[in-house]
Formats: sequence, structure tokens, C-alpha cells
Amino acid sequence: MDNKLIILIVIILGAIAVAQLVRVYELSTKLRKNGEHEISNRDNNLNARMMFLFMLTFFAAVVYLFIEYGWTGRGEAASIGGVETDWLLKLNLIIITIVFFFTNFLLFYFTYKYVKKPGVPAFYYPHNNKLEMLWTVIPAVVLAVIIILGLKTWNNLTSMSGKDAIHIELFAKQYDWTARYAGKDNVLGKYDYKLTTDNNELALLTSNTIDTSLRIMFEGPSGIRYIQKLLNNRDTVLSDSTISVLKVDLSRKERLYRLLTQMKQNHNPKLDASAWDDIIVKDTLFLSKDQEYEFIFRSKDVIHSALFVHFRAQINAVPGMATRTKFTPIFTTEEMRLKKKDPKFNYVLMCNKICGGAHYKMKMIVVVKEKADYKEWMNAMMKQTFKDKYFPVAVAASSSLVAVDSLAVANPM
Amino acid sequence: MASIAHDEHGHAHGHHDVHHHEENFVSKYIFSQDHKMIGKQFLMTAVFMGLVAMMLSILFRIQLAWPGESSDFLSFFLGEKWAPGGVLKEDMYLGLVTIHGTIMVFFLLTGGLSGTFSNLLIPLQIGARDMASGFMNMLSYWFFLLSSLIMIVSLFVESGPAMAGWTIYPPLSALPQAVSGSGMGMTLWLFSMTIFIASSLIGSLNYIVTVINLRTKGMSMTRMPLTIWAFFVTAILGVLSFPVLLSAALLLMMDRLAGTSFYLSDIIVGGEMLANHGGSPILYQHLFWFLGHPEVYIVLLPALGLSSEVIATNSRKPIFGYKAMIGSILAIGFLSFIVWGHHMFVTGMNPFLGSVFVFTTLLIAIPSAVKVFNYLTTLWKGSLVLTPAMLFAIGLVSTFITGGVTGIILADSALDIAIHDTYFVVAHFHIVMGMSAVFGMFAGVYHWFPKMYGRMMNTRLGYVHFWITLVGAYGVFFPMHFVGIAGAPRRYYDYSVFGEFDSNSYEMIMDLNVIITVFAILAALGQILFLFNFFYSIYRGQIAPQNPWNANSLEWTTPVEHIHGNWPGELPTVHRWPYDYSKPGSDVDFIPQIVPLKEGEEEH
Repeated sequence: MDNKLIILIVIILGAIAVAQLVRVYELSTKLRKNGEHEISNRDNNLNARMMFLFMLTFFAAVVYLFIEYGWTGRGEAASIGGVETDWLLKLNLIIITIVFFFTNFLLFYFTYKYVKKPGVPAFYYPHNNKLEMLWTVIPAVVLAVIIILGLKTWNNLTSMSGKDAIHIELFAKQYDWTARYAGKDNVLGKYDYKLTTDNNELALLTSNTIDTSLRIMFEGPSGIRYIQKLLNNRDTVLSDSTISVLKVDLSRKERLYRLLTQMKQNHNPKLDASAWDDIIVKDTLFLSKDQEYEFIFRSKDVIHSALFVHFRAQINAVPGMATRTKFTPIFTTEEMRLKKKDPKFNYVLMCNKICGGAHYKMKMIVVVKEKADYKEWMNAMMKQTFKDKYFPVAVAASSSLVAVDSLAVANPM
Repeated sequence: MASIAHDEHGHAHGHHDVHHHEENFVSKYIFSQDHKMIGKQFLMTAVFMGLVAMMLSILFRIQLAWPGESSDFLSFFLGEKWAPGGVLKEDMYLGLVTIHGTIMVFFLLTGGLSGTFSNLLIPLQIGARDMASGFMNMLSYWFFLLSSLIMIVSLFVESGPAMAGWTIYPPLSALPQAVSGSGMGMTLWLFSMTIFIASSLIGSLNYIVTVINLRTKGMSMTRMPLTIWAFFVTAILGVLSFPVLLSAALLLMMDRLAGTSFYLSDIIVGGEMLANHGGSPILYQHLFWFLGHPEVYIVLLPALGLSSEVIATNSRKPIFGYKAMIGSILAIGFLSFIVWGHHMFVTGMNPFLGSVFVFTTLLIAIPSAVKVFNYLTTLWKGSLVLTPAMLFAIGLVSTFITGGVTGIILADSALDIAIHDTYFVVAHFHIVMGMSAVFGMFAGVYHWFPKMYGRMMNTRLGYVHFWITLVGAYGVFFPMHFVGIAGAPRRYYDYSVFGEFDSNSYEMIMDLNVIITVFAILAALGQILFLFNFFYSIYRGQIAPQNPWNANSLEWTTPVEHIHGNWPGELPTVHRWPYDYSKPGSDVDFIPQIVPLKEGEEEH
């Protein structure tokens, strides 16, 4: 608390100090006799020189920052598309840096050079069509080059991935990422968010998961039957607000239940296979060097953005729609560690769209392996498919399945 | 607040004679319909809001520079609830960032800049007695004040202020389960902004009608000062784009309060499976940025207009390429409506659509380049009088260049992928929009202070203020480019997470964050000089002469003492454009607009 007092005192003293300063200035200006609007030659020249000095300092600082920090954090691009991006970025940086230095120089130099000198009148020069045409056409030409090169790269980066690309879905939620590899068939199984249960966090669509969801929605711990029972129980008295909450909840669940029933009727069991062989991996995303990947993104709750900063790739994960991007890593994690002279370096997938309090912690380590190592890892993972993980749990715990829905109806009082 | 300035004076009038034909205290200082008073009311409110937003930024900059360290400063302002033990809470960090952005963009740079100077200068520079509708003008201010107050109140609600960023993207902003600020705080945010939009619309319609209908005799459109052109186009942009933000906000309110699904689809949040289906969060982004991009120019154009006037006057030269300047303003205004998609390159939009937005966006660089070179040519061979206003106007040209060129990189969708939403973006828009608009505003305040208060501000203090602000602000925002190029996302509470995977990035980001915060504190302290100078000069400044800067435009032909109706006798007649500075064949280096052409004199 003492510190707060000190802060207050400092603020007050600061204000008083400024007040005194102004008094001094006020007195000195009265002595000068000049009006505040009459800028003396001394002040003019002083500010003009300061402008020039500022320019020199500013330019020096910019050059220093470029040398010291320009590429230190960024490092070399680690994907094929990233190399192209960085080439274009460097080209654009060179162009804009030239423009930056040139125009800022003219600005500060003119300020310095043409500051008012007694007896030297300003040059009346209202317009010159040729000059204006010049600085319309030159920027237009430079921009045309920038646009053409930019769109070429943009098309390369956003075009469809090749046939050999491995498909991976990245599933975002507050505050982590989950990867789902497409498995042996390289086809990602379908999903529907209504199928989310504790042992099907990614809501994959199979005949079994539909049945489970229907059962949980109806019979689960806070399912339809439970709520109906609560509402119809004559032995307990519920407050009006609890009743209305329960009723809203009930109608929502009944609606979801109807939709699930429809889903069951329309479901084609042939699609199950593509989901069963999918491989779900948390914590770390393993990739192979020189292998193209097609990434599909999905969000469970709010918008997230997948930023692969070292691969120069980014796309939003948007609830209710699927987005995609692709890239081909060109350096393994080990190679990149050598390049960066950082033995603890890791590639990373960060969240780059504000998504809640712990937004800054939402990330997934990415590891790029040599092709052979990756294959070995993948072969091991083939034994831990969605099917392998789903069934043991489903059989053992069928009676105690916990619904993902945990609306606080447990204590309706 | 302006009312306080004249309290004593007001009471003398107000007490005895309510029905006196002269205005009483309330109608003159509080519910005033005089454009000059309304302009000052806007300025006072905006200065207050700007101070609040600046304080918020210092609070979160402390967290960014020294993450996790206890700060008495933080606990002093935020208390145990939001800064337990002097360490900022994650949620409150987002709240501070959100409200900082909202206030700066809307309340300081839209309401404050356009509201103050459009009100003050439109009637004075076109030769009108007042705005077309004094009552609507008054309404515009009171809506603005009300919305400002609601926004401030939202900082103090229990669940915290809005926390979804100033762009309040749903679903984050729609779901209180996702972040605590999306409860009451977001509701207040939406109410505040709805009222703000009403204020802006009423004001803008008034500005447009006034410029079109109330120009004095001889004031053709091509004899208007560039300030008026800028305000005019700004008002048109506001009228066309703010209603779209209102619809975006209304749909969001319906999603929040009425259970609709405009922006929501297939969501499970906080363990609850929502039944909403079929909405699109991307729809919100389209609607938001349809306002959001013109908004950038709503902020920037008035600043460019003010600086055109200040630079021409203090260079003692006509603004170079007057018609090209008007053309640029119109071109920028038009283009600003067809570029909004460049904020959405990585939302998963169709790549072809992205290409179209790349093209239209980069086109804006052309009229912007024309403006820059015209400013430079105006300075060339001038006779520069470096008043504080002039220094700020030159500073604006510098920041407009520095921030503008990085826009070329962000507009290039291929490059945007890699740096979208990083600190590079933060650097870009703070320099090109924040610094430029604030410098334009300062230039305007220093230049027209004599017109507003009949007194002069202290010039020397103005110089010190300028130099601290220029150095401080560049020191804050320039290093951010490099933080961004290293790949640091914006709106992160703590960048030490980089230490877990990349020590090179970690070290440089932490180093630069400290430098940035130190400059931010320096720049913030510098503003105390301005505040002191401003309020001190209102009461004790030197009495201003009628035309302190030897300027041509009409506002300097009005008496120093404000009168309702601006000119005591007839309205002035205009005979020439406002930029006849140092015209050959004239004895003095300025010829006011009211001076008839001499025989044989060409207009320009």
C-alpha cells in the first residue's frame, strides 16, 4: 500500500513540476515580447536542424534493427512454399525500404533546407501535370510487378495439393490442437459435431458412434430422460428459473436427438471404414521431410488460427466450416536445430487468432523426421487407430459413458 | 467538460434571466447547438477517452515487457481482482487490449478527430453561419458522450470488459462460456457502439448537407480548402459504411440474446453442445470489415486534410496539385469500399476472391503515393515556418510513408499468410493509422487552438511535446515490425512461451518488448506536456490575434471572440482558392479568399 502512496505522490509532484516549468516559460515568453504565433528564426532553424538530426538517427536505428533483428527470429523457411514466400518477401522488403529511405529523406531534407530564411520568398508552384503523371505512373508500374509476382505465389500456395499428399486434420479447441492422420486409405473419415462424446472427442461419424450418441443423449447422466424425470418429479419443488433452464435444455437436447435420429437413418455404413482407420495424435505433430501434406482444419468452439511460423503457412480454423492449407517440409527438426544453432529448437504450430484467456499457450510442437523414421513411426501408429482405441473403451464402459454435456443440472436446487 | 471552462462567466448570465434572448449557461455550454462549442465538446471528450486508452496500453505494455513480474502500477490501477499480487490476469489483458483498440479507433480517432474538426471547420471554412441542423449536431455529440460513458462503464463490470479484440469476432464474442468478457462487458460494448454509430450517422449526414448546401457566395467546390474535401468524403464513407457495422452488431446481439444462428454453427463450448447450425462466423467478418476498412480512411482522411492545410499555410506555398489531391481523396474513398477482403486472406476464402482483393488493395497505393509526392513538392522551395502544428504535419507525412509502405506487404496475400495477425500488422496500422491520425489531430489542435479558445498555446512546450511524441511513438512501433517478422502473434499475454521452442526468437522478442515498453512510457509521459499546455492555455494563454498564421481560409476572417453565426455582418464572399500564398505580383505572401482578383490576375 505504501507503494501506491508513493505512486500517487510521484504523479502529484510530476504535475507540480510541469506547472512550475510552464510558469517559467510563461514568464520568459512575456519577456520576449513576441507573440506565440511569431516563430523566431532561432526556433525555426533549431527545429529544422533537429529534423535533419532526427532523420539521421532514425535511419541509423532502422539499419541497426535490420542487421540485428531482421532475420534472427525468422530464420530460414522450412517448406517449399515458404522458400518462395521468403524470396518474395525479401524482394518486397527491398522495394519498400528503398521507397522508405528515399521519401523520408526528401521529407526531412526539404524541411531542413527550405526552412524560412528572412528575405527569401517561397516559390509559387501550384501544379505541374507532367510531374504528377510521373508519380502516378511509376508507382503503378512497380505495383503491377508486385501484384503479378504476388498472385503467382498466392496461386502456388493455395492450389490443390498433389495426389501423393498425406491428409491430416487439425482439430482446434480452447486451448489445444489435435491431429488426425487419414490412416491407411489416406481418406479422412467424416464427422459431425453432435457425435462428440468422451471417447469420440473428434466426433467421427460411424454407425457405432451415432448409436452411442443417441443413447447418451437420451439415457446419459444429464440426458433427455433424466431431465424429463426431474421436471415430472412431484416430490421435489423446483424454482421457476431452474424449470425454465431445464426446459430450454430439454428442447435443445430433443432437437439434437431428432437430428441424430435423422443422421442414423441417412447414414451409409460404407463410410465407417474411412473413419475407423484414422489415427488421432495429441501433443505432437509428426511430419516427414520432403513429403507434401494436405491439412484440413476444424474448430470445436471459437475461431482459432493455425500459424506454422517456420513453414510460412497459416489458415483459420472456423467452427462450422472446414478450411485447408498445404506445405512440404524441407528440413528435419535436427537440420533446423543446426541451422538455428539452437539444440532445443522445435517447430511449432501456434494459435494466432484470439480465442480466450489462455490463447497464448495454445500450441502444438511439430517434429519433422527423416522419411524412414517417419515411416517407422507411422507403422507403429497404424496399430492405434480410432477403431483400436474406441472399442475396448466402449465395451468396458458402456454403462458409465459420460456425456460431454455437463450442464449443471446435477444440482437443480 | 468545456462547460467547466466558462463556469463563472456562465453563471452571471444564467441565474437571473432564463428567457433572455441571449443564450443562457445551459444552452450555451451544455446543450449548445453552436458548431464551435460542439466541436470543443467533441475534443474534450475525445481527449479524455484518448487518455484512458493510452493508460490501458501502458498497463498491458508493462505485462508484455516484464511478464509475470509483480508491478505496483498494475495493482494500483487494477486491484486484487484483475491484478492479484500486481500480476495482470490473462482475461484482463485481453480486456485491456480490446478496449484500448475500441476507444482509440472509434472514440479518439473517429469521434474525436472527425467530430472535432468537421464541426469546427466546416461552417467556418465554407462561410456558413452554422451546421445545416444545429439540433442534430447537438444530438450527435450527446449520443457520442453517452456511448463513451457506456464504454467506460463496461471497464468496471464484474465479469470484465469485452475481451474478444476490438474486431469482436464471433463466436468468441457471442459466447460468455468462451471468455468472461463476452458476458455483460460485450453487451455494453454492443450497446455503446450502437449509440456511437447513431451519433456518427447523424453527424455525417449533417456534414454532407452543410458542405453541399451552405457554401457562401463564390465558394465553389474547387475553391474549398482540402480539409473540407477530406471531411466531406469522410462523412460519405461514414454514412455508407457505419450502417453495415450496425447490422453486424444487431445480428450479433440477436445471436447472443435471441438464440439465432447468424454467426454460430456446430459449436461445443464449456462442455455444452449448442444446437445452433448453419451460421457463419465469416459472415460477421465480411460485414465488420465492410465498415472496418473504410473506417481506416474515416480516421486517416481528416488527418490528411488538416495537414494539407497546415503544410500549405506554413510553407507559404500553395498545396501542390490541388486537383490531384482532391482526386486522390476521392479515389481513396472509393477504393476503400472494395478492399475489405484483405483482412480475411487466411479465413479460408476462395483464393480467387483473394486475388481480386490483392489487386484492389494495391491500387490504393497509387493515390497515396500521389498525396505523398504532392506534400513533398509543397515543401520544396517553400519558406517553412516550423510551428508545432507544422512539425506534427510533417511528422504525419513521415508516418504515412513509413506505415504505408508496409501495407504493400500485408496487401500481398501470399506474404500476408506468413505475417497475418503478427506484430508486423500491429506496427503497420499503428504507424499508418494511429500515429498519422494522432499527429494530424495534434497539428489541428495546435493550428486551430486560437480559433477554438481565442488564445495561443505555448509554442516551446509544443516543440518539446512534438519531439517526445515523434521519438517515443517511432520507438514503440518501429521495432514491432521485427517482432512480427519473427512470427510473434499479436494479442499474446506472454511471449516467454517462445522460450519453449525457439530461443533465438525468444531472446529478440523479449529484448524488443522491453525497448518498446520503455518508449511507450516515455511517449505517454510526453503527453502530460500537451495536456498541461492545452488546459493552461485555455485559461492563461496569450490572447490570439485574428489571423495568427497569416492564412487565407475564411475561418481567420471571423472575430476572435466567438459569436453565434460566426460573422458579425454579412457572410463573406469568396473570390479565389485558399492557397494563394507567395503569389507573384502580390506584396504580401498571402491573399485571403475574400480578396477579389486584381485586374488581369489569373486564378491559379
